[in-house]
Amino acid sequence: MVQLDIPPNDYINPGHLGCPGCGATLAMKFALKALGEKTVVVIPASCWGVIAGPYPQSALQVPVLQMAFATAGAAASGVRAALDMKGDTATTVLSWAGDGGTFDIGFQSLSGAVERNEDCIFVCYDNEAYMNTGVQRSSSTPYGTRTTTTPGQGWKKTRKKNMVEALAAHRIPYAATASIAFPEDLICKFQKAKDLRGGSRFIHILAPCPTGWGIASDMSVKIARLAVQTNVFPLYEVQDGLKYTLNYQGGRPVQDYLQVQGRFKHLTGADCDQIQQKVDEDWELLRGKAGIYVDPAAARAREQRQCKSKARKS
Amino acid sequence: MKQVLEGSHAVSEAVRLARVQVISAYPITPQTHIVEAISAFCADGTMDARFLCVESEHSAMAAVIAAASTGVRAFTATSSHGLAYMHELLHWAAAARLPIVMAEVNRALGPGWNIWMDQTDSLSQRDTGWIQLYCEDGQDVLDTTLMAFRLAEAVHLPVMVVLDAFYLSHTFEPVDVPRQNQVDRFLPPLVPRISLDTAHPRVLNQMAPPGVYMEMRYNIQTAMAQVPRRLTQYQKEFRAIFDRPPGDAVEAVQCEDAEVVLVTSGTISSTCRQVISDLRSRGEKIGMLKIKMFRPFPIALVRRFLGAARKVAVVDRNFSFGASGVFAQELRAALCNLDGHPPVFGYIAGLGGRDVTPDTLVEIYRRTQDCPTPPEESIWIGLNQEVVQSWYN
Repeated sequence: MVQLDIPPNDYINPGHLGCPGCGATLAMKFALKALGEKTVVVIPASCWGVIAGPYPQSALQVPVLQMAFATAGAAASGVRAALDMKGDTATTVLSWAGDGGTFDIGFQSLSGAVERNEDCIFVCYDNEAYMNTGVQRSSSTPYGTRTTTTPGQGWKKTRKKNMVEALAAHRIPYAATASIAFPEDLICKFQKAKDLRGGSRFIHILAPCPTGWGIASDMSVKIARLAVQTNVFPLYEVQDGLKYTLNYQGGRPVQDYLQVQGRFKHLTGADCDQIQQKVDEDWELLRGKAGIYVDPAAARAREQRQCKSKARKS
Repeated sequence: MKQVLEGSHAVSEAVRLARVQVISAYPITPQTHIVEAISAFCADGTMDARFLCVESEHSAMAAVIAAASTGVRAFTATSSHGLAYMHELLHWAAAARLPIVMAEVNRALGPGWNIWMDQTDSLSQRDTGWIQLYCEDGQDVLDTTLMAFRLAEAVHLPVMVVLDAFYLSHTFEPVDVPRQNQVDRFLPPLVPRISLDTAHPRVLNQMAPPGVYMEMRYNIQTAMAQVPRRLTQYQKEFRAIFDRPPGDAVEAVQCEDAEVVLVTSGTISSTCRQVISDLRSRGEKIGMLKIKMFRPFPIALVRRFLGAARKVAVVDRNFSFGASGVFAQELRAALCNLDGHPPVFGYIAGLGGRDVTPDTLVEIYRRTQDCPTPPEESIWIGLNQEVVQSWYN
């Protein structure tokens, strides 16, 4: 991992409406440190619609367009088109949606935007449920989680949708995961995304929610770190939908991550073993993708070398 | 210069002449010809604009809202289910006070699937805060689209230009297409009221607590209330530049001495003109009030032209279930506080693309003539009782 100095500039004002320990607020703070003041932020309905402040206040020092829930991808595209028409290709358009606005109601709009390869950075700050409305399950909610719409023994029995893979399948120039517990890595990825102009970039940030996850507000960063250390939320990048780079190798047991959160406290040892198995499978799959990737140009060059060497021998 | 243009292409030409900068659209019959032509203009450089081929009408409206919020002139077009799918964002566009113009081709809503003419799609968007202008012919389409940008940008509200499916969208007529320099005089470059700008950061569409929300709504109505005066003002400018009159908010045809005034909108108005001409030649006292501007509803003009009428017969090519035709509702509401107002007969005709012929309108005229008061709230014209009985209910 590249160690960077964290830029001193801040574009988030004190007095924002984030809850104590809100991971989404930290995520925005770090993202804007990397992107700087020439950024327009599009925020669909989400916690951040509240955090950004009510009229006539604003928590951010950059322009913000708040939009309807399903529209982040399309709205970012509209801002980009208008800026381009005005001759402003330097400003970064940052679409900033929660997991509902990315995985669920906003998925169509996001898929449409990245299929068009819109020149925007699309972020999902992921707190793994509808936190703003009182912790209802989303398609980002992991297997095993209890939410207000998967209560009691009805805890969520299906997997979390793999959003980075879905975006990678669109073959966009850059897709990555990031964590508020690894700010240097997060800032580095935003700087990289900023520099990769001309196409769609997607960054998926795990952003713990103390209220929804049943954790103390001073535990957000620690638990975000555990998610990476246990391989529950691996840090990696995918270039052009093909070239995988793993940024961190975890290995701690998932039990370390699960047992410190209220949303998982109903799980039995057997449930945790099953989750460990799923995490291990996913991790192996990811490692495989990172390992088996072969650069076609390099492969062609190698083949040519082999042909030449055969020709010489014959 | 006069050209033979399809109604849809009269919109496209106006959008080109208006120097729209961002267009976003999703295909739906019978709207597609509008955006196909605009797409070609963008591709061949006739227009200096960005065309976004989005994946839904919801996204089409979201993208033009975002573009307009960034300070450029933006346009979209849709129809029927596409308009219904946009519904949430129609409220959004108006409350965000954005001067978006949209062409909406009136088409029936399913099921059963029906691609033909019916006004229920646009009229069911009446509470969204959009100005709605209904067109009668190809020239009216082009002129209204130009006027729509002017109005929208003056009062900071979006405008829906409404065309009848096929009767107007797919019909070729001679249309006088103005020169670019004429349009530039009528429609100067957009001066945005709001625009996302990193040099002057601000937040748009944020949370509005109870202490401010109601005032924001009041201001939308204040802007709506300005429309009739602005329209009159711009009509004068329009006439001076283009040497022809653009459509009035309402048009009264031989209402003064009429025993029955038919209230129409869209292409039925042209049919009605023929009926008036025929019946008047035989000494019948028939008149017409064409309503072009449905939002804001032209209450003062309706009262002026219909207040002293003997009988009013509204031809509604739409229906609000559990109530009546929408124009009839609005008209009754406009007249109810006027002493001695005429009886309002509500007729439902031509739903789902059924032709409204001169005979249909003559029947409506005769039935109104024959009854002293309306026999019921809505009189459905031309129902086939066999189909009514065979369909489940």
